[in-house]
Amino acid sequence: MVAIAPPTDVYASDTPDDGGGVVTIQWQLSPDDAYLDGYEIYRSEDNVDYERVGFIGKGRTMYEDETEDGTNYFYKIAALIDTMKVYSETSKPVMSSAQWIDRNKINIIIAIIIFGAFILYFTYHARKGKELYIRKIAGLQAIDDAIGRATEMGKPILYCPGIGYMEDIATIASLSILGEVAKKCAQYDTKLINPHVEPIVYTVAREIVKEAYTQAGRPDAFDPDSVYFITDLQFAYAAAVDGIMVRERPATNFLIGWFRAESLILAETGASTGAIQIAGTDQVSQLPFFVTACDYTLIGEELYAASAYISKEPILLGAIKGEDSGKLVIVGILIAASIIGLLTTLPILNLFR
Amino acid sequence: MNISLDPWIWISALLTVSIFSFLYRDNPFYRFAEHIFVGVANGWAVTFYWHNILVPSLFDPLFRRGQLLLIIPFIIGILYLTRFIPRVSWLVRIPIGITMGYYVGASIPADVQAYIIKQTQGTILTSQNFQAWNAGNMGVVWSIILFVGVICTLSYFYFSKEHKGVLGITSRIGIIFVMIGFGAAFGYTVMARISLLIGRLQFLLGDWLGVIH
Repeated sequence: MVAIAPPTDVYASDTPDDGGGVVTIQWQLSPDDAYLDGYEIYRSEDNVDYERVGFIGKGRTMYEDETEDGTNYFYKIAALIDTMKVYSETSKPVMSSAQWIDRNKINIIIAIIIFGAFILYFTYHARKGKELYIRKIAGLQAIDDAIGRATEMGKPILYCPGIGYMEDIATIASLSILGEVAKKCAQYDTKLINPHVEPIVYTVAREIVKEAYTQAGRPDAFDPDSVYFITDLQFAYAAAVDGIMVRERPATNFLIGWFRAESLILAETGASTGAIQIAGTDQVSQLPFFVTACDYTLIGEELYAASAYISKEPILLGAIKGEDSGKLVIVGILIAASIIGLLTTLPILNLFR
Repeated sequence: MNISLDPWIWISALLTVSIFSFLYRDNPFYRFAEHIFVGVANGWAVTFYWHNILVPSLFDPLFRRGQLLLIIPFIIGILYLTRFIPRVSWLVRIPIGITMGYYVGASIPADVQAYIIKQTQGTILTSQNFQAWNAGNMGVVWSIILFVGVICTLSYFYFSKEHKGVLGITSRIGIIFVMIGFGAAFGYTVMARISLLIGRLQFLLGDWLGVIH
């Protein structure tokens, strides 16, 4: 039988900057660490009956244990070789709790405040009547022509918002553009087809289109069946939209939103029907397919700028100008931080954890 | 050749061939498969949401375990159904507002961290980032290319000025970087799609027709 030394200085503390429910246990390695299988972590609420809550390999000095907030726990660590265990001293009692602020994310709060301040500033000036300039975006200038073409041909417009959820920024941007497209459809009395894959996005889109028809002064022209849910399965949706494209023969296809693998299937089918196609997404892996198969493609942030560009709404214009100012700040930070990083030994990267 | 006698393999294979027939043109076989696909998908979705979300996350905790706080999301969810009753259909805007507000609030901090803070950290020119490329002395070169690419690409997405003069040059370089990135993504994704096609052909030629093993 070989005697082994236990780990020492066992220290348990509430894990900082979290939502509670976790205790961090730290210890000094056993002097015999090299010969060990590892360490077993034991926990007790009364410092009498201990239960094993985890195992961690040798050479490790930290373990995070899931706990119940508001309960005191004692910990001890056992050094383990085969069936032989040697226990450490018991830790002081510890209780997990949730923190109000995650200090690791203060840089995110600062970034949001800076961006938010820019947006508020420009929105304020836009509302005061100051003209805010936004450069021409090719894909957006084509929207009017595309809707006009559909009207002249007496064919419908297909607006496909992708397969994203409401939390996807591309989906939110797409719904803003949908509102503007629906307004023009109402003005020109052009049929709109708007199939959906996500029930909540569908519900929101339906309200947006209905509102757009009302704003255009044509609430009577709104067809409730023009906005509809198909299925929430990606490729079943793609198969159905392909069917719509070849049977309804829309003159214009809008493929704008959050897309995945169905992007090429839809874009290729749309191209084969001879429709004008305007696409847009922020999904880098899907953009190449849209660029190759569609007439116009809104790349990344062009999609976000689109609704502001079309509507000229002060709030949206202010947001775009605010984002532009944010980009200038980012470029400034990149240059300044690089100069500091190259000329000094300051841990500049730690500011961007 | 060893054709399968399993009826499920036959059903699966015929549906696959029906969907592939769309490559020729729209036809009754494709329409049949399309409608089966959509119908089955919806049936599956209803049972999935019932058994995996509604029952374990709402009905059981609320009605069996008495977690009364869940009555709030329950009512918010029910409000989505008011759009079927014309007189109170305006109530649907309440859950829409809550859902959009929640999702935007939840996604903005995550996106700021992932797409701004972390990307900025990876782009800054420091000796630490030079080593991150694991390319020896070439790490410096790659870091500089990345740095120039990021700044030029940002300038392309700057909407407040016409792309003329210096901004015209940087934005032009930026869109070249973007297109090179798209080219790489295109090749990578096509490769993945080809592997999906190979998987389907293996099923048809192997599991169904038994031509390959």
